[in-house]
Amino acid sequence: MKDLTHPLVWFYIPVTLTWICFCISVGNPAKFIDYDWLWLLFRSMSPYFWSALGVALAVGMSILGAAWGIFITGSSLVGAAIRVPRITSKNLISVIFCEATAIYGVIVAIILQTKIEYVQPVDGVWDRYAMLSGYAIFGSGVTCGFANLVCGMCVGIVGSSCALSDAQNSTLFVKILVVEIFGSALGLFGVIIGIIMSGAVTWSGAK
Amino acid sequence: MYGFEMMSFNIKDGFLESIVRGHRSGLLTVADYNNLSQCETLDDIKLNLTSTDYGAYLVNEASPIYTATIVEKCTQKLVNDWNYMRTQADEKLATFMDYCTYGHMIDNVVLIVTGTLHERDVQELLDKCHPLGMFDSIATLAVAQNMRELFRLVLVDTPLAPYFSENLTHEDLDEMNIEIMRNTLYKAYLDDFAAYCQSLGGATAEIMGDMLAFETDRRALNITLNSIGTELTREDRKKLYSNFGLLYPHGHNELAMAEDFDQIRSAMEKVPAYSGIFSKLGYGESQMLDKLLYEEEVKKCVDCFEQQFHYGVFYAYMKLREQEIRNVMWVSECVAQDQKGRIADGIVYLF
Repeated sequence: MKDLTHPLVWFYIPVTLTWICFCISVGNPAKFIDYDWLWLLFRSMSPYFWSALGVALAVGMSILGAAWGIFITGSSLVGAAIRVPRITSKNLISVIFCEATAIYGVIVAIILQTKIEYVQPVDGVWDRYAMLSGYAIFGSGVTCGFANLVCGMCVGIVGSSCALSDAQNSTLFVKILVVEIFGSALGLFGVIIGIIMSGAVTWSGAK
Repeated sequence: MYGFEMMSFNIKDGFLESIVRGHRSGLLTVADYNNLSQCETLDDIKLNLTSTDYGAYLVNEASPIYTATIVEKCTQKLVNDWNYMRTQADEKLATFMDYCTYGHMIDNVVLIVTGTLHERDVQELLDKCHPLGMFDSIATLAVAQNMRELFRLVLVDTPLAPYFSENLTHEDLDEMNIEIMRNTLYKAYLDDFAAYCQSLGGATAEIMGDMLAFETDRRALNITLNSIGTELTREDRKKLYSNFGLLYPHGHNELAMAEDFDQIRSAMEKVPAYSGIFSKLGYGESQMLDKLLYEEEVKKCVDCFEQQFHYGVFYAYMKLREQEIRNVMWVSECVAQDQKGRIADGIVYLF
């Protein structure tokens, strides 16, 4: 197998498989896409499923990004510090910046999960406010999760370069730190939008 | 995929990449060379070098020190660094690092075979071999009488075997054949190395492609320079050029036809990358060419450290360290032979 970063692996094959499964399995085989069936499917899905998925993605993706960033930074930092031990304590800041993206995810996950309230479907049909809340929490979780995933990778890569350049020339540290701070701010955008989106949550329709 | 190695490179190779960058910062700078140039005796040189990365290797040497000892200790430093990294390396990088040392292996084989031809002592020859190019059965090279024996008895177990089997002849070993053997082996080696680097993809392919193209073009140039006035035919000469590089294929055709230095020059100047080198060279001075090519190589190696997440730094570090050892050797020889005025002529400054 070619490496995992090849577009064949992470784009073309999954998209083709998904499309084939979709065409085969959804509803009436006489129609290409059976919209009635799809409507029934999504209407019957519990909003608690979407809420739980949103919370899980918010924290899971953020931590994936943070962990990814930390190992990118960490492996370079450990190697560079063998020759120039003075860089270790300064460059822990890069690791902390990566860690921050995980904390964003945890914060948003906590905010989201406190918004979940108990409602019941009437005759098997969910109230439209409950549906709205489920999708709002899901969207908010996805926004925050993916923003923090890429933010963590970005900070990790910059942090790795920061460690290497600090080892060669200590005047570069502050300059690269500025880049890193801006990279770290990307995750905050996801957090802000996520919190705004979750403001729409009203499970029973009563504001 | 280009650019995506940023995310996955550090999984296996991040640690070693920063190690090799650490070693790079230990290379001698212009200031160090200025200090070395001020030395009056070899002991002064040793004293100056003890304040650098070479310190641990030179500090315990007894006082009447010789150039050979200094060079040996400096090489030891490179070899120790290299072996440390090689043992830590994960796959792909490990193969890459092995490829880097095959060049030394070819040189060692040629050295032993030539030495045996001149009836030198094997032990003495083994001491002269580059430690990076050693393999287990190298001492038995001396028994071989012709190329087929050389291959069947010794080289079949070494990584050089595939390069050899492509170019096997029944001819007995003599000066000319050995030199041709060296160059055919080198050609096969460089082709193989370049193909491996291309298969790695990304920044490694880009940077190593550039550096190996320079290496192979320099070899083509040297082959042409050395074969002028010998009985090597044009076709044979052309067979020794690698199948890539900036000169491939039109430049190679012209080089194969070249009969004197000016024709070589006009062939090389058609490549923009080399016209700069030749424009620094006055007409009729071919002696300076070697130094200019070394300077160009050093420049490429130093530039390659500007990019992160690729394997080229390992190759570049080896080349830079070797150039530094040549510099130290030149300075020591100049000091030992009381020719201090000529020190600046031979040094290729790294930074």
